[in-house]
Amino acid sequence: MVKKFHLTLNVNGEQKELLIDPRRSLLDVLRNDLELRGAHRGCDSGDCGACTVILNGKAITSCMTLAADCDGDSVITVEGITPADGLHPVQKSLVEDGGIQCGFCTTGMVMAAIALLDSIPHPTEEDVREGLAGNLCRCTGYKKIVEAVMNVERK
Amino acid sequence: MKPFDYFSPKTLAEASEVLSRYNGDAKMIAGGTDLLLKMKAGRLAPKAIVNIKRLAELRGITQLPITNNLSIGALTTLEEIKRSPLIHQHYSALASAAATMASVQIRNLATVGGNMCNAAPSADLAPILIALNAVAVINGVKGERRVALEEFFTGPGKSVLGVGELLVSVEVPKQEGKSIYIKHSPREHMDIAVVGVGVAYRGFNPLAQQAADVRIVLGAVAPTPLRAKKAEEEVMSGSLTKERIERAAKIAAEESKPIDDVRGSVWYRRKMVEVLVRRGLLGLVNSN
Repeated sequence: MVKKFHLTLNVNGEQKELLIDPRRSLLDVLRNDLELRGAHRGCDSGDCGACTVILNGKAITSCMTLAADCDGDSVITVEGITPADGLHPVQKSLVEDGGIQCGFCTTGMVMAAIALLDSIPHPTEEDVREGLAGNLCRCTGYKKIVEAVMNVERK
Repeated sequence: MKPFDYFSPKTLAEASEVLSRYNGDAKMIAGGTDLLLKMKAGRLAPKAIVNIKRLAELRGITQLPITNNLSIGALTTLEEIKRSPLIHQHYSALASAAATMASVQIRNLATVGGNMCNAAPSADLAPILIALNAVAVINGVKGERRVALEEFFTGPGKSVLGVGELLVSVEVPKQEGKSIYIKHSPREHMDIAVVGVGVAYRGFNPLAQQAADVRIVLGAVAPTPLRAKKAEEEVMSGSLTKERIERAAKIAAEESKPIDDVRGSVWYRRKMVEVLVRRGLLGLVNSN
């Protein structure tokens, strides 16, 4: 029997108390215990970026993070940045500029883009490409995604 | 993943004690980007995981008093290295080495300590840190010891860390010279080095066009990061002409001990060592 770990996590501004198996990833806990299914499980090895969330202000791959390691930390998921009655400017820009195809990578792209714009408010195209290098889009819609992120501030 | 006991010690002493108690069957976790991959794949099944992220002693980038050496805490993330103004100002080659690694999401998790302690032959920070003459500061139940980073690695995945010992920080001497890190990988981002070359020198005599205290360190072409000492001697033996640089680059290629693998053949890697060492030396000379 695995000894459970008592995890305290601030998720999208709300304090959560959970009892978890220490083997579980942050992604798994977000999706299955907290029912926040915006972060996606793609490669499960830190290569695709579909599971990107913002941990203590920084974009990370939640599949490569043990939930127990995040005890006392604060996490923001795509659910936390989406207003109840509309879209975040990054989401809006992706919709308007055709930066969405199947949508699987989109939530990760959104979180990576938000973290990027937070540290570099006026990014160059190279900044955007570098900031999104860890997010794979298998529809290969990169050009429009990069354009959409470049266009966020101008809208 | 096999079950493991989980610990999150608050002090270095507590961490050492837990690690010693498991006598080699416990693994430290910081960023976890390497460890969790291996555990998910079933290649590692430690009996205990010790989260060292809460150890304040392992944090921070600071300029030390008196020596002016730079101390980089083992928990410093690759992204922090990439962005640190202190590192940019005096050790820009180190910042650019960090910038070549993985994605921002991984760089926000992965630490310099992990990059050293996992001891991958391709670890990008190792060649440049060794070229900069860095020292590993290690702490364990028996107290602190310091090891030249050059001596830290003992084989693929192996280091001098004993049971219960932790890497606390990497200390880099004050830089007076120049340094450069060049990485060769098929992709610009998200890729592991086929060859990585770190080159640094401490002094340069402009009249004689001669460099002093030259270090050429090769990554991903031997079981551990490798100093090309004969090539260094060649560089220091006279004025840094194009011919001498060509010779040194060829010598470095001969000194490398690469293997054939999915990323490159022995022949190709040797050729790339020659190209990168030449480029590195020319880059340093041209920046004088």
